[in-house]
Amino acid sequence: MIDGFVALYIFMLAAFTGHEIIARVPVILHTPLMSGSNFVHGIVLVGAMIALGHASTPFEIGLGFVAVLLGAGNAAGGYVVTERMLEMFKPSAGKPGDKA
Amino acid sequence: MSWLPTLVQACYFLAALLFILGLKRMSSPRTARGGIVWAGVGMLVAVLATFALPDMQNRGLILAAVLIGVAAAWWSGRRVAMTAMPQMVALYNGMGGGAAAGIGAAELVAHVQRATVAVPDTYPLRPENWVTEALHQVPAVAPLSPVALGLGVLGALIGAVSFSGSLVAFAKLQGWMDRRFVFPGQRVVNLLVLLLAVVHGVMLAAGHLESPVILAFFVLSLLFGLLMTLPIGGADMPVVISLYNAFTGLAVAFEGYVLGNEAMIIAGMVVGAAGTLLTQLMAKAMNRSLGNVLFGSFGAAAGGAAQ
Repeated sequence: MIDGFVALYIFMLAAFTGHEIIARVPVILHTPLMSGSNFVHGIVLVGAMIALGHASTPFEIGLGFVAVLLGAGNAAGGYVVTERMLEMFKPSAGKPGDKA
Repeated sequence: MSWLPTLVQACYFLAALLFILGLKRMSSPRTARGGIVWAGVGMLVAVLATFALPDMQNRGLILAAVLIGVAAAWWSGRRVAMTAMPQMVALYNGMGGGAAAGIGAAELVAHVQRATVAVPDTYPLRPENWVTEALHQVPAVAPLSPVALGLGVLGALIGAVSFSGSLVAFAKLQGWMDRRFVFPGQRVVNLLVLLLAVVHGVMLAAGHLESPVILAFFVLSLLFGLLMTLPIGGADMPVVISLYNAFTGLAVAFEGYVLGNEAMIIAGMVVGAAGTLLTQLMAKAMNRSLGNVLFGSFGAAAGGAAQ
């Protein structure tokens, strides 16, 4: 378990990071970035897997199963939709990802 | 096997790093396409690492749920028209909020069975209970600290609001619900529902882990998300979806604290902050303020009742 103040530091630094990394985003990227960050919080899938992995009663297992199902939908759907949106930003020459 | 937890932690660290770098790349047109791949690799690493966690049960069920969820979302995300993208974001975002709420619910429900064990802590005047209960405590789950319980409840509230709110946003953009739903005194009703949800949340956080309270808490939270989104028009939906996106991020971060998972805290908080900023930027691009989007739809007849 994470110590209270260490957690507080993580929360604070992560919040500033989130603010800073998108501070200068151009308007055309608003929607793709919304979709991209939607994908990133698909990490909830990991939490749902842990919840289901520790569930013991049938009701808890049911809840965990639904949570994993939803989390997986968040992650996979978020990825596909973001990738399709960003396809429109394909550079005219060569494959994307060449430029590191 | 003592290296395994360290390896899993390293994977979570790598995932958090890749999420941040990926989002950074996604905020510039030149690198945007690569950004989602970086974040995608991070997700893959984190999910595979979670399968390797040593104390996991129900692995078959987990695998089945992951496969079904991924297949359904992948298929729907692939075949949907480009013009329908915003509502798909809303749908997937709602699923994330629902998952966060589900984690919160599972944690709370798991602690209901141990409520009798928790009683001695809240009522130290009954030491005889303490002794008997301590003898046959349920070992399945470790007790939550007050902070973890509070954040877990808060995360569940935000997640549930994001879930039902996003589903309404999806339904509106999909054209299943094309009229705004406005009635007199709406703000008062919404405020009351939120207040009741918060009251139940505070009861839970104070240790009243009883099934009726949990049920009422979730029903009220879901209802609030529904009521909050119903009066907002379709044109404002992208801003609202962005707001719920930030909500889900926060919910994920809080549930991450409950589960002791740093990758969830960092990814969730980064999205929570980035999403909040993005919501403001989007509202500004429409020459609107966020308050105007959320509450501006109330007509003169309904307005002014609250606040």
